[in-house]
Amino acid sequence: MPRYLLIESRDPFDSNDTRFCCDLARQLAAANNDVTLFLVQNGVLPVRPGARSADLTSLAGTGVKVLADSFSLKERGIDENRLASGVAAAPLEIVLDALAEGAKVIWH
Amino acid sequence: MKTLSIVESAYRATIEEQDDTIVWIHGAMKGAGADLAVLLRGNAVNYLVQRQDAGGLAFGDWRQTQPPRIASDLAALAAKGVDICYVAEDVADRGIERNELINSAQPVARAAVGELVGRYDRVWYW
Amino acid sequence: MADKKTITIAIMDAPYENARSTTTLRLIDLAAKRGYNINVFAYEGAVLQPFAAQTPHPNAVHGRSVEEENHFIPKDAIAALMREAEKNGGKIDWVNCGLCVDERGAANAIPGVRRGSPADFWQLSEASDNTLVIATR
Repeated sequence: MPRYLLIESRDPFDSNDTRFCCDLARQLAAANNDVTLFLVQNGVLPVRPGARSADLTSLAGTGVKVLADSFSLKERGIDENRLASGVAAAPLEIVLDALAEGAKVIWH
Repeated sequence: MKTLSIVESAYRATIEEQDDTIVWIHGAMKGAGADLAVLLRGNAVNYLVQRQDAGGLAFGDWRQTQPPRIASDLAALAAKGVDICYVAEDVADRGIERNELINSAQPVARAAVGELVGRYDRVWYW
Repeated sequence: MADKKTITIAIMDAPYENARSTTTLRLIDLAAKRGYNINVFAYEGAVLQPFAAQTPHPNAVHGRSVEEENHFIPKDAIAALMREAEKNGGKIDWVNCGLCVDERGAANAIPGVRRGSPADFWQLSEASDNTLVIATR
């Protein structure tokens, strides 16, 4: 099964283009690909429950793994144990693992 | 490996560089034998508009004699065998008419970007 | 040790302008610890990341001397990562895009940095297990 890691570094408060990764993730998941969305830097800002996290929760419901970089969360004082439903904290190693495994990795 | 470059960034430093540096690097890589395709999305779809004209800038007695000619550069890339595509809705959203664009670019529906991505060994996002 | 991999990363940001630079170094650090071979193609402003003339400074707002401030200096972080990679059986091949170096006057780079071109990026990528492009905005 082809594997994709989409890295979202932008946030919906500052950019109206965060839909790109969500939309692409949905398309790829619907085509039976293994898809992970990894939020990094300000990309983690919407993961507090209710903070425009609905898109992320909805995305997780389609089978896309939605992960948020632990350091980016800590840097912004976001409690790893209080993330929007469907979002989990993860280390940056996730990105290196994906690269090492030959996944298609796209930085947005 | 077949590589798809998705290009979104537009007019970032094009006057200073006298090129779009992403379009430029793809020309250089193609010249080195790379197997490439380009998908323009977001504001970068405006790069396909034929009547862009960045000429005439001067700073004191310094005059820019080689302004960027990005639509021509994309047409040249296409002529070298690089598939140039664009997200059709992004063109429409910006009020651009299809007949304003260079002839050698093909539209891709926003809903088909995933399928396009799946056709390539590598996908780079610029 | 996990299988040795070769990863290529293309970067574009000058230092001190965006969080992408820090995330890139974090990724390189992880790869260096694994003993991977890491190719970095520095394009545009990123050719200044390993610029040898960077110097630290004090921080009067916080009342810190140069030593106390211990300011982050990218070239030193890159040199440390090069050592880390070697220590673990890997290598960082840092290629600065030559024309980008010329127009920025950034030729004075730390040891271990070499001048290259887009053809190098393509060739490095072809010879890698994977490539990540972290473009600027």
